[in-house]
Amino acid sequence: MVGIKAFGSYVPRHRLTAETAGWNVRGERAVAHFDEDSVTMAVAAGENCLANVDRSAVDGVIFASTTAPYWEKQSASTVAAALDLRRDLFSHDAGGTLRSGTSALQIAADAVASGRAENVLVVAADSRMAYPRSPLEPFLGDGAAALLVGADGVLAEIEGSHFISDHMLDVWRSGRDSFVRSGEDRFIMEAGYVPIMIEAISGLAAKLGKGPKDFAKLAYYSPDPRRHAEIARRLGAEAAQVQEPGYGAIGNTGAAFPLMLLAAALETAKPHDRIMLAGYGDGADAYSLVVTDMDAPKPAMTVMELVGGKLPVPSYEDYLRWRGQVVQEPPRRPDPQPISLQAAWRDREANIRFHGGKCTACGEVQYPPQKVCAFCRADDQWEMVRLADKGGVIKTFSMDHVSGTQDTPLVLTVVDFNGGGRALIMMTDRKIEDVRVGLPIEMTFRKLDVIDGIHNYYWKSMPVRIPANGADAAGGG
Amino acid sequence: MGGIADRVAIVGMGCTRFGERWGEGPEDLLVEAAAEALEDAGLEAKDIDAAWLGTMLSGWSGQPLAKALKLDYIPITRVENFCATGADAFRNACFAVASGAYEVVMVAGVEKLKDTGFTGLASPLILPNTNVESPAPPPAQFALAATAYFDRYGLSFEEGKETLAQIAVKNHHNGSLNPKAHFQREISVEQALRAPMIAWPLGLFDCCGVSDGAAVAIITRPDIARTMRNDYVLVKGLGLAVGAEQGTLRRDAEFTYFPENVHAAKEAYEQAGIADPRKEISVAEVHDCFTITEMILYEDLGFSERGQAAGDVKAGAFTLEGDLPVNTDGGLKCFGHPIGASGIRMMYEVYKQLQAKAGPRQVKDAEIGLTHNLGGYPGSFTGAVTVLGRADTAMG
Repeated sequence: MVGIKAFGSYVPRHRLTAETAGWNVRGERAVAHFDEDSVTMAVAAGENCLANVDRSAVDGVIFASTTAPYWEKQSASTVAAALDLRRDLFSHDAGGTLRSGTSALQIAADAVASGRAENVLVVAADSRMAYPRSPLEPFLGDGAAALLVGADGVLAEIEGSHFISDHMLDVWRSGRDSFVRSGEDRFIMEAGYVPIMIEAISGLAAKLGKGPKDFAKLAYYSPDPRRHAEIARRLGAEAAQVQEPGYGAIGNTGAAFPLMLLAAALETAKPHDRIMLAGYGDGADAYSLVVTDMDAPKPAMTVMELVGGKLPVPSYEDYLRWRGQVVQEPPRRPDPQPISLQAAWRDREANIRFHGGKCTACGEVQYPPQKVCAFCRADDQWEMVRLADKGGVIKTFSMDHVSGTQDTPLVLTVVDFNGGGRALIMMTDRKIEDVRVGLPIEMTFRKLDVIDGIHNYYWKSMPVRIPANGADAAGGG
Repeated sequence: MGGIADRVAIVGMGCTRFGERWGEGPEDLLVEAAAEALEDAGLEAKDIDAAWLGTMLSGWSGQPLAKALKLDYIPITRVENFCATGADAFRNACFAVASGAYEVVMVAGVEKLKDTGFTGLASPLILPNTNVESPAPPPAQFALAATAYFDRYGLSFEEGKETLAQIAVKNHHNGSLNPKAHFQREISVEQALRAPMIAWPLGLFDCCGVSDGAAVAIITRPDIARTMRNDYVLVKGLGLAVGAEQGTLRRDAEFTYFPENVHAAKEAYEQAGIADPRKEISVAEVHDCFTITEMILYEDLGFSERGQAAGDVKAGAFTLEGDLPVNTDGGLKCFGHPIGASGIRMMYEVYKQLQAKAGPRQVKDAEIGLTHNLGGYPGSFTGAVTVLGRADTAMG
């Protein structure tokens, strides 16, 4: 019985909202911060999904996105390392289509069904840009979703699937395109999205001998709210059957969109519910999932919680600056140098897996890992400790106004991790007025900069996203 | 005979005006400071047996000094130890004299920070690295200590800032009396408090000047010094302590004091036979790269009890009229901070004070002086403490 064993989403904290100067659109969009991209959001969703899962059992990762940072250089391996997964795993990047997220689910399910893998993490993330001020722009959002696919202990079984492959140019990006291009709206909807989605969903229902009424929830991709409603209407679905698509709160998150809706549906599903999942792009994918009565691992945060913990982007210009679309005077500091690939490789355990060392002679945790213990001077007697999921508190901090970061002031924190260890680390996703000595924080994987095409990823601190739960909300398993 | 006390004497010193010396390069500044020092000592360049050059980013090797002064084929060593470069160059030169290896030694420190083109301190590239460290310049690093100190001793932002402003006002007053200082204008507490934020909680007037300058000392053995002048100055103690990033590796490390200062002071005080620094030291030149640094090191150096610096500042203890005047020449805040030169510039002021040649800044009956030079950042410092004494303070 192949299905979903765990799930988790990620919605970036920042929103284009009514509070955002120069953003005169009703409703909100979730947008990645300047230091987030598809890889960092995928890590956050993966962390949310695996919070209560034994991650040493994960033996496959498929990263699905149309906005991967590299043409040549896998992202799944970066995601796997940041999630501190084992080395002997199958890793693969899926892309090229908005359908890559839902298609990755079938690849994972087949790998499990064949016995090739036991637990495959499918993680989809996207951060697509529409032309500024274009009609498409209000509907796009950034986000990620992760599903752990396995055979035993599943919380939802994949009952069946059906695929349509269709050559059509409706939306595309090529070469150096920063923005989504698309054909004339009526053409791409009337000849593309609507009939093809109906074809895939109907095809699956027919295969299973089910009708639309047999599904408790319909979680499906849509390019905009109007077309989302049109699919529901054509299927004759009642409002309660349709998984709320989140327009006006998050937006269309591309390859991650249908999987985020599935995750949301699973959060409220009852045993024996049948859920329809459908993705679109160059054809369509449709799945039927049946919820089991398993008491499955819960994500650290629900989609509703993720939607709640938000920060307004101060201005639309800030948003464009984060995306490199507004020219900015460089800070009056030395130009940042390209990283040393050798040093980055050497320090990969500390910088990507965010491991500290625990001295086996005296038990003290130190970050980054040392050769000689700073407490007892034992030489090279270490076990690695993952600090990324520990959470901690601010020992002291400062706020720099002159170094020219994208979100001035740059908050510099000295963090004491729960369970030992300390790091001097930059903070992100913070409200200035919240920053104080003793503030509980959690760690988040972020992109520091891009120089010579090299995306330099590292960890930052941020205020715990659900303060009501205290510092415990930071980590999980 | 153990220890360094009374085994080395300063017989000549020179110091350029610090500031934005657009028209001069490192070579010009070195020549300017060395000419003053040689004239003060009554020597010529050819009399120098060996030299130490302190510079962090204004030249590699000992050659820039040789080239500037045309010192032909003598041993010259370059020293770099962050912002404590100047004091450490002096320290190494002292050991050379004390060992008997050389008789007349020059110590020079120089920096041309304004040639970097940046208003703040721009560190030189060493090796390409992983770039995961924050790009925040020094103010953000030292502000970590201000936040921790305010929190530890229950000072509100306003109370803490007021004390820091008083330190800035004192150093600006002293700088206004010093024609060689980069900044020679008085400021008010209100001005300091109103200044733009650089790295919260530190504002513009909490930060020292970024300057060009050079300073030079000529040292020899006391028995030789005696033949040259009566008012030579004796080296009484040389302390140096180097951090190992304990601040971020060890959770028991606080950001409310700097252990490197404490260790360096202990070493220097023991060598100099100082038991009560607040009483025994007549004048101190300390590393006020930021006002919070000066505040914390009052306590590290034993001038104030822990947590009591604010009270002593308020009482005026460290002003020119106080019982222990600190940074009589304006300090890094106003004299400026050309890295490699600063440690030697501090000695220049103490040397003049001990010779009673400090003009309007003269401290009454100065007998023992201290310099404190600090490199690095809270969490991992190079701390250097030097104790100097008047010629008549020689022990036995």
